Amino acid sequence: MLKSLTEMCCVLGDPLMTRDGPIWVARDFSKCSGCRKCEIACSLYHENRIWPEASRVRIFMLVPGTEFPHLCTQCEGYPCVEACPFKALSVNNRTAAVIVDEEKCVGCGRCIDACPGRIPHMHPAKKKILICDLCDGDPQCARTCQEGGWGALRTVLREDHPYRLYARLPQEHARNLAFKLYGEKAEEYL
Amino acid sequence: MFGYAGKLLEVNLSDGAFKEMRISEETLRDYVGGRGLAAKILCDRLVSRWDSIDPLGPENILLILSGPLTGFFPGGRICVSGKSPQSNGMVGSTVGGEFGVELRCAGYDGIVVTGKAEKPVYLFIKDEDIELRDASHLWSKNAKETEASLNRECLKKLSERYRHFGQWREPAKLYVGPAGENMVRTAAVISKWTHAAGYGGYGAVMGSKKLKAVVAKGTGPLPEVADPDRLKKLIHIVDRNAYGNVLWRKWGTGGGGYAFGANTSSEPVRNWQDEWHDEKSFGVDQFENRLWVKQTWSDYGCPTNCMKIAMVKHGKFKGAITDNPDYELQAYLGANIGIFKPEENVYLSALADDLGLCGIQTGNVLGFAAELYQRGILTIRDLDGIQLDWGNTEAFAQLMWKIACREGIGSLLAEGTFRAAAEIGKIKGKNLLHYAVQTKGIGIGAHGVRSGRDFPSEIGYACSVQCGDHTSLTDLPIHGYGSEVWEAFNDSAVLCVFNTFGLPEKVKFEFYHAVTGETLSRSEWAGTRGMRILQIQRALLLLGGPDLKWNTKTDDDLPDRFYEPLPSGPCKGKAADKKRVRKLVLKYYEQAGWDVNGIPTTETLKALGLHDVDVALEKLRKICRE
Repeated sequence: MLKSLTEMCCVLGDPLMTRDGPIWVARDFSKCSGCRKCEIACSLYHENRIWPEASRVRIFMLVPGTEFPHLCTQCEGYPCVEACPFKALSVNNRTAAVIVDEEKCVGCGRCIDACPGRIPHMHPAKKKILICDLCDGDPQCARTCQEGGWGALRTVLREDHPYRLYARLPQEHARNLAFKLYGEKAEEYL
Repeated sequence: MFGYAGKLLEVNLSDGAFKEMRISEETLRDYVGGRGLAAKILCDRLVSRWDSIDPLGPENILLILSGPLTGFFPGGRICVSGKSPQSNGMVGSTVGGEFGVELRCAGYDGIVVTGKAEKPVYLFIKDEDIELRDASHLWSKNAKETEASLNRECLKKLSERYRHFGQWREPAKLYVGPAGENMVRTAAVISKWTHAAGYGGYGAVMGSKKLKAVVAKGTGPLPEVADPDRLKKLIHIVDRNAYGNVLWRKWGTGGGGYAFGANTSSEPVRNWQDEWHDEKSFGVDQFENRLWVKQTWSDYGCPTNCMKIAMVKHGKFKGAITDNPDYELQAYLGANIGIFKPEENVYLSALADDLGLCGIQTGNVLGFAAELYQRGILTIRDLDGIQLDWGNTEAFAQLMWKIACREGIGSLLAEGTFRAAAEIGKIKGKNLLHYAVQTKGIGIGAHGVRSGRDFPSEIGYACSVQCGDHTSLTDLPIHGYGSEVWEAFNDSAVLCVFNTFGLPEKVKFEFYHAVTGETLSRSEWAGTRGMRILQIQRALLLLGGPDLKWNTKTDDDLPDRFYEPLPSGPCKGKAADKKRVRKLVLKYYEQAGWDVNGIPTTETLKALGLHDVDVALEKLRKICRE
């Protein structure tokens, strides 16, 4: 009971609710309108600017209509953390997010290659890697998505699910969504 | 100045040269951006010889301009302009999407395209890395093919050249379909398959320059703003207001296809021979429940998502994909040509997208042709064997192909309703302008004035400097909220007016203040800056040429059709009153500072500092005196 109540508060984006465990940003691609409010919220929070390519969450629109958010899913095993030769990446025990130590990151990009979804990308100005840090437990992307009633992103408690499944290449997501929307016609648009 | 990237990119297609163009702070303050800045640039460069410039010749200038609010005000748009091949004036034609944001993130507020390429090219912009690339392989491709090809090759290029960045996502794109390539005057500039900058005919201008597409990817932030905290609050205010507009979000304008006919008697039915219908088959529920495969589709930062994606999944028109269609296309590629079946309307809208045709202008000319057929003026032989009966979807589709490819009768209709009426009239020895529902070269938007129940005023189309453009209508008093001067602000700041519904007008100005740091009062806009833009646009429209010029006595008027009584429905018998319209037009002239011929007076122009415009208009005044 307590757990589901906590989850409800997370869904509503209640910042005062103390989390009793790691969280995850649940994603429902079919509900994404491509409004990119999540990117705007993310870059305002982290960069204090509206900066689409410096956002940790990025909406891809490889085929019109197949907009979806691409952001770290915190794979079990964390291949990006493993791959970093400079020990610049670590896992936050409380939130389960990957944290980038900007002092140590040299922007080598090994973590990009290690990620099955090639989700991390380089900060356009700083040449340091960008990975979702779950906003220290209150992901702004999910908050803004919920505010708009879109329901594409929402914060939930992390349980025992294979979250790594979401670490897929954008092309693969786009392909799935295009077929779901347009059936066989999708082939022409990819 | 805050809120601007600070420079424009100028591209000369004739010699392939690029240069940066800086705009002074004074000009930015006065003209803001988008439509206003387009008026200023065109005026500075071309006003003295405007009437000799062929809109489809290399001397025309294509402008793609953002405004200071692009990317900040929820709902991203970009303004396309130049000398219009429809009106011979200048239209600020805006289209939704991500292009403006990408361009500003690349460091440019806009693009100025001059000259003409020898062979098809597209412009590729990645921050400072700018290239004109061969587009021969894209020529004659439709919108969806163009979108896919450009994504594939630009993503490949970005990944190869900037591998270090990680995974690249698609750049934003503006492009033309076959209609633009063939310089069809009703061709639009297309984005995201279905979004179109339609009014003005700038697809044809791109085609005339052999510019297939413009592609932008910017990796920088949006420009620095004056008051970031206030801006965040204002974004929140606009969002919250929009989120509360439940049905607007649910249906977009898709409810209009039935409602503007049945409720307000203001929808074009069979080339405006009627404006009322009660075709429940055309209800929004039919689109929503049968065809919409995606009901939440937004452009950059948009809380409203008035766009829906429709796809026909069975039957003869299987595979057609378009947005909504929105009200304008439900009306013009539906009711106006006697079609009330959602699947058929989606099919024709998708065809318009694919061919790169403006659905409004094309639906207008199709309705015109079908009425001539109904009246026996155009025969099956004239129409190259097409039986153009009302509601014959396949016949209209065939004709759209012919228009886009300028084949046979299509070549005449590709000139747009006004020019087609003049030309066919010459061939037939009849005055056919009576059946052309347009003003000064631009087919009017799908909102009639006869019933008095829709938003356009009686003189809305007659006095607008963008003529038939329903997104830039005007009214008396000239500084009041019905005036075009406010639309000029929306198109200059470049914001989406749909996201302002329900908000006090002042929010836009507060937004402008938070972004630029400049104080702009509503009276300053309505009295000076906005007026200056309208005066330039009016002057360019009157200078016209070279193929035709407008006679204000006859052309500052409603289409003839609006003086005929509505034949059916609850508003049966209602019509516009010609004498009253003329009286209001003259009153409008007076308030706008125009003489009895509708020409801006020297006094008016001097007060606004538009000396060069005044000099250019002297020859028109002379003609009137004679």
